[in-house]
Amino acid sequence: MGGADVLRPIVEEAGVTLPVLVDDTHRMDALFGVDNIPQNVWVDEDGMIVRPPEPGTPAPTPTDDPMAQLAFSLMTGDDPEAYSDRVRDWVANGASSTWALGPDEVIAASKPRPKEVSEAAACFELAQHRWRTEGFTDEVLGWFSRAHTLQPENITYKRQAYSAWSYGKRPEEMARFAQGPTPGHEDEWPFVSDFMADMATYMPEVADRLKPRS
Amino acid sequence: MITDRLDLTPAEFAAETGWELKPEGACKGDVCVPLGGAPFDAATAADRLGMAVVHDEQAGLWAIGPETVGGRALSSAEAPELVLPDVRTGEPLRLSSLRGRKVVIASWAPY
Repeated sequence: MGGADVLRPIVEEAGVTLPVLVDDTHRMDALFGVDNIPQNVWVDEDGMIVRPPEPGTPAPTPTDDPMAQLAFSLMTGDDPEAYSDRVRDWVANGASSTWALGPDEVIAASKPRPKEVSEAAACFELAQHRWRTEGFTDEVLGWFSRAHTLQPENITYKRQAYSAWSYGKRPEEMARFAQGPTPGHEDEWPFVSDFMADMATYMPEVADRLKPRS
Repeated sequence: MITDRLDLTPAEFAAETGWELKPEGACKGDVCVPLGGAPFDAATAADRLGMAVVHDEQAGLWAIGPETVGGRALSSAEAPELVLPDVRTGEPLRLSSLRGRKVVIASWAPY
């Protein structure tokens, strides 16, 4: 089970009324440069992007679930309302909002995309296509790994590959969640990196929050 | 985009990449890249737009990566057309159908 089948009950249970779309082929990356989640793009009434993809988590819904509380605190940092306040400011003030960028600023603030990044996207698409057609073969691993090497900072490419491999090889829930080698099976892990190593490299502030406090 | 052949029509190329063939060249938003005037050829267009073309010989497939015009993910601030299915209905939603309203596209994943 994957994609929409996993997502649908979550969305229905939460009673979400906004459109919720499924992006199986990472169109948000190809079209906008979304290379991790959560990331948001703001588009104004005329179809102009006023903020390119950026991390940002809306104010959390109060919850008693400790895992959800941890996830929210990791994502929102010290001021849970900060990002929602920016959105509210833009909604109220439009183009004159501090947070609304002009066209040149939007382009300049979008992700760098050298040719290697385009090649990484092509390799990732081949990996995805073949994985869905033939399962997680050595060739699929090869295409995923080539995408990871070409654009190591693209966390969605890695997360997808880690989960896809774990799903077939070690289907227990925690193995998929961990997105890294499981204890006792370290030798099986086929990737040069894993989720915790990626966090330490590309999101050190979040990795720091995950460390046990003395 | 994934394809098993490179002799794409301009319409097929545009549907997947968002770059439409016009008299000025390949255009997306307010940006046009000249293609040199010869009959349309996907490999040439991809090269002019800085798109990587990767061949999977074993599977008989080509993958064409996104453009690298200007060296940034966004070559224009005009939002590209995004068409994705709604999880509940399966119906495709077009970003352009939301003109006249502010939109925040939030990318997320369940765990």
